[in-house]
Amino acid sequence: MSVLVYTENWDGKFKKLSYELVSYAKSVAELMGGDVTALSIGSVDQDELSTLGKYGASLVLSADGVPSGLDNQVYTSVIAAAMEKTGARVLLMAHNNTGKALAPRLSVRLKAGLAAGVTAVPESLSPLVVSKKVFSGKAFGKIEILTEKAILTLSQNSFEINETGGSASVEAFDPGSVAAAATTIKDVQKQEGKLLLTDAEVVISGGRGMKSPDNWGPIEELAEVLEGATACSRPVSDEGWRPHSEHTGQTGKIIAPNLYMAFGISGAIQHLAGVSSSKCIVAVNTDKDAPIFEAADYGIVGDALKVLPQLISEIKAAKAQ
Amino acid sequence: MRILVCISNVPDTTTKVKFSNDRSSFDESGVQWIINPWDELALTRAMELKEDASNPVSNVTVATVGPATVEPTLRKALAIGADDAIRVDADSADAHFVAAQLAAVAGNGDFGAIICGIESSDYNGSAVGGMISEIMGIPSVSAVSGMRFEGQEVVLSRDIDGGKEEVGVPSPFVAIVQKGIAKEPRIAAMRGIMMARKKPLQVVPAAEAESFTKYQAFAMPEPKAPCKMVDADNIKELVNLLQNEAKVL
Repeated sequence: MSVLVYTENWDGKFKKLSYELVSYAKSVAELMGGDVTALSIGSVDQDELSTLGKYGASLVLSADGVPSGLDNQVYTSVIAAAMEKTGARVLLMAHNNTGKALAPRLSVRLKAGLAAGVTAVPESLSPLVVSKKVFSGKAFGKIEILTEKAILTLSQNSFEINETGGSASVEAFDPGSVAAAATTIKDVQKQEGKLLLTDAEVVISGGRGMKSPDNWGPIEELAEVLEGATACSRPVSDEGWRPHSEHTGQTGKIIAPNLYMAFGISGAIQHLAGVSSSKCIVAVNTDKDAPIFEAADYGIVGDALKVLPQLISEIKAAKAQ
Repeated sequence: MRILVCISNVPDTTTKVKFSNDRSSFDESGVQWIINPWDELALTRAMELKEDASNPVSNVTVATVGPATVEPTLRKALAIGADDAIRVDADSADAHFVAAQLAAVAGNGDFGAIICGIESSDYNGSAVGGMISEIMGIPSVSAVSGMRFEGQEVVLSRDIDGGKEEVGVPSPFVAIVQKGIAKEPRIAAMRGIMMARKKPLQVVPAAEAESFTKYQAFAMPEPKAPCKMVDADNIKELVNLLQNEAKVL
């Protein structure tokens, strides 16, 4: 019994999260005693497709004739056709914008129960029971799939990449007749080459304790030194000090970097919901009772504006060694 | 165009989450209920679109699935400005069951746009909007952070990694919206609250529909180790800990 994993590409390339997802698929397939088939949609070259083999895919289906612009109905039809071809019982996708757009449609199309944002391999297979975050990370729920087929979307950074050293054969995949896209992409605005907040291993974040948008220089500098991205709390983006795309928290971006550093952020429960899955949290705040210290691994009670320059020079010194 | 905004009734986001003693269900005692934050932004944007006379929006309806106890949340939505409300009288068993109910409501109402929040803040299913569109066989656009009219046509802006796309979509469609769709959620004024009492709230029976999933049990995360405090005059020590203990530098 095989597992199908949809591996999205970004301008013809895969990312860390693609390999995380294939590693996860391999673990699920081993549990079920089956193989992993990966599905790629759009134009991706042969060498890039083969890299999926290293993480456990034994077959890669490449539907390279499908236009790259995301139309949910077109992509749903292509993925459903691949499910039918492979006879897979389980479909895996990333819990990102694309996964959230397609998984619910596929759930209805395939009559497959959906567990969104899972964090571990299933606890049991019949019935299929898997753990996922609920209440924005404040708790976990064990969700049981009541249907024959299942769709799981994997939370980012919740499963370790595992290089198995295998290799995959690549096959062209023709999904058959698929209706034309109903939606039209009229314009694309995209910043090239910028590290995305959701992809960053290190995130440096500022809150109202930074006092003014003019004080963001050191936050940006520290992010640069650590090759990370910058983020902010909600009041900061609401004030217009920083762009909304940097707002991290329950209603903004949910992130899980290796290192999250919060400067002048008190740590409202909604903010913590967006960052609590980070591997290591460092907090700097003037208020020793700020809730951020309950979520943090390391803390400094002090003025972020004074701590930042020292921290930058110490980190530079440590890196130079 | 008539707009349907789907509403989920959720615990206030500051709620301390508790479960029943056997951990099989959420403990609702003492919980304040609110409109799901993304649904509230969706409703705010729908009202803005209706109030701008250059847009062809005639009516904004809100709908939810739940027992009579969720009606205060629907009244809140009416106070914010929705013209009328529909409650499907059933427990919201799972995402598919709820989506099937809302698809039935949408199918009966000649709605040109159906707007749903990207997820609910309780079970974080991220499913209902997409499911409604597939049940109805109509287009959907997800990760939507902007909605406007160009004449009769709707143009949505969709967040993509590192930017945005402008997407034209024929009606009827489902827009699954997130942060940015409206600036701030609209707060009901006293006049709105008074008027909401008289606005129509229709209760309809549940349609036949299947559940695809169910929750067996819940668990709280492992308590984490206390925060290690470092003196503000000893930044070197923090760098040392990050390098050698946490191994994140």
